[in-house]
Amino acid sequence: MRAAALLALLLFAGPAVAQPRSGYWDAGPQVRAMQDDDTANPGFLWVEQGRAAWQAPPPGGKACAGCHGDIAAMRGVAARYPAADPASGAPVDLAGRINLCRAVNQSAPKLAREGAEMLALAAAIGVESRGLPQRIATDGPMASVIARGEALFRTRMGQLNLSCAQCHEARAGARLGGAVIPEGHANAYPEYRLEWQTIGSLARRIRACLTGVRAEPFAADAPEMLELEAWLALRGAGLPMETPGVRP
Amino acid sequence: MLALALSSAAAAQTMDVPLTAVPGEPVRGRAIVTTRPLGLCLLCHAGPFPDRHLHGSIAPDLAGVGARLTPGEIRMRLVDPAASNPESIMPSYRRAAGALRPGRAFQGKPILSDQAIEDVVAFLATLKEE
Ligand code: HEC
Ligand code: HEC
Repeated sequence: MRAAALLALLLFAGPAVAQPRSGYWDAGPQVRAMQDDDTANPGFLWVEQGRAAWQAPPPGGKACAGCHGDIAAMRGVAARYPAADPASGAPVDLAGRINLCRAVNQSAPKLAREGAEMLALAAAIGVESRGLPQRIATDGPMASVIARGEALFRTRMGQLNLSCAQCHEARAGARLGGAVIPEGHANAYPEYRLEWQTIGSLARRIRACLTGVRAEPFAADAPEMLELEAWLALRGAGLPMETPGVRP
Repeated sequence: MLALALSSAAAAQTMDVPLTAVPGEPVRGRAIVTTRPLGLCLLCHAGPFPDRHLHGSIAPDLAGVGARLTPGEIRMRLVDPAASNPESIMPSYRRAAGALRPGRAFQGKPILSDQAIEDVVAFLATLKEE
């Protein structure tokens, strides 16, 4: 009985980070207070724009609301991306999913992945999942995407020859220069960074870390980026969604 | 066989012959160590320098390093940190190739020139106080 319970515990303990800790806790009390107050959280400027974009039909096409109804129907969606597109089986992140809808259901041109409208829609959809545990599918086509993402996470890169894991696993909580190294989770994106003075995607954050180790960053739509995003989502499984997060 | 491997590893931990004919200049070395984008040292290390709240905490404090290590040992740390710790996260400051996906601006380039490494060695050797 005891052994069975222990085994169950081990099986459900999840991947590398047993109890993931959100970067929220490393952000300092002032930044946390900003995130906690929707009227002080600058990310809500984008949420509001995204809610408007949700209602607005693209020229000649249908609005998101035309198919999905109220944006409240998006509750839980952001928490389970990246995911495989049921139609094609192709793994996509939330921005990729939005662009699939643009192409297939709205006959509209793709949105730039880091453009204001995409970030706004992703923020408005994301906020509907606030507080829900991040939990992506790990079966089917996602299995190999996640596995490649983990391998990349552990690969030393760039002139400084450092892997993501060397900072975000072993040294999380310590300081890199003046910044506390967080565990590097994906649960708060799109995220307002005071350093950026704007909201940004997870891909932008990952690019910043790659540039930091003097590596050639992956393009936002590169397969490696999706792989890293998927692994980050899995290693942070169970963390409550915080979109739009605020960080230093 | 094992003994041989061990003794050669130990021997590899010092590099007593300077990399250049011109002796290192401690004042320039200090500027490299304390200017973040030049040396990157204070990303990881703390040291007896201003703005300690901006120093890293993932590597030993550089205070007193000139008393703990000989110049040859310091040079070796900069040229090949893996010689003393195969798992070291400290990058080689002299290696110009072999990194995966080096950024365009850094391809084929070491982090510091041989002369700059000598400057840093000369400066660290002056840090005698813990
Ligand atoms: C040299 C150390 C270092 C390496 C290597 C590194 N990071 Fe980071 N990362 C940081 C630091 C420091 C921060 C926090 C920056 C801040 O708060 O200003 C951060 C932040 C993040 C965040 C944001 C977490 C949050 O709460 O918003 C993510 C995600 C992340 N990193 C992912 C990665 C990935 C993926 C890689 C590898 C491709 C990587 N990092 C490599 C140091 C590193
Ligand atoms: C990415 C992290 C990182 C950077 C950047 C870095 N170091 Fe290190 N350094 C370390 C770590 C970690 C150690 C501890 C030994 C080991 O694991 O290699 C170390 C050890 C040392 C030592 C031996 C210290 C002792 O007390 O034995 C010296 C000297 C040193 N570093 C100098 C420098 C200098 C000078 C620079 C910049 C020009 C620098 N390091 C940049 C991580 C770093």
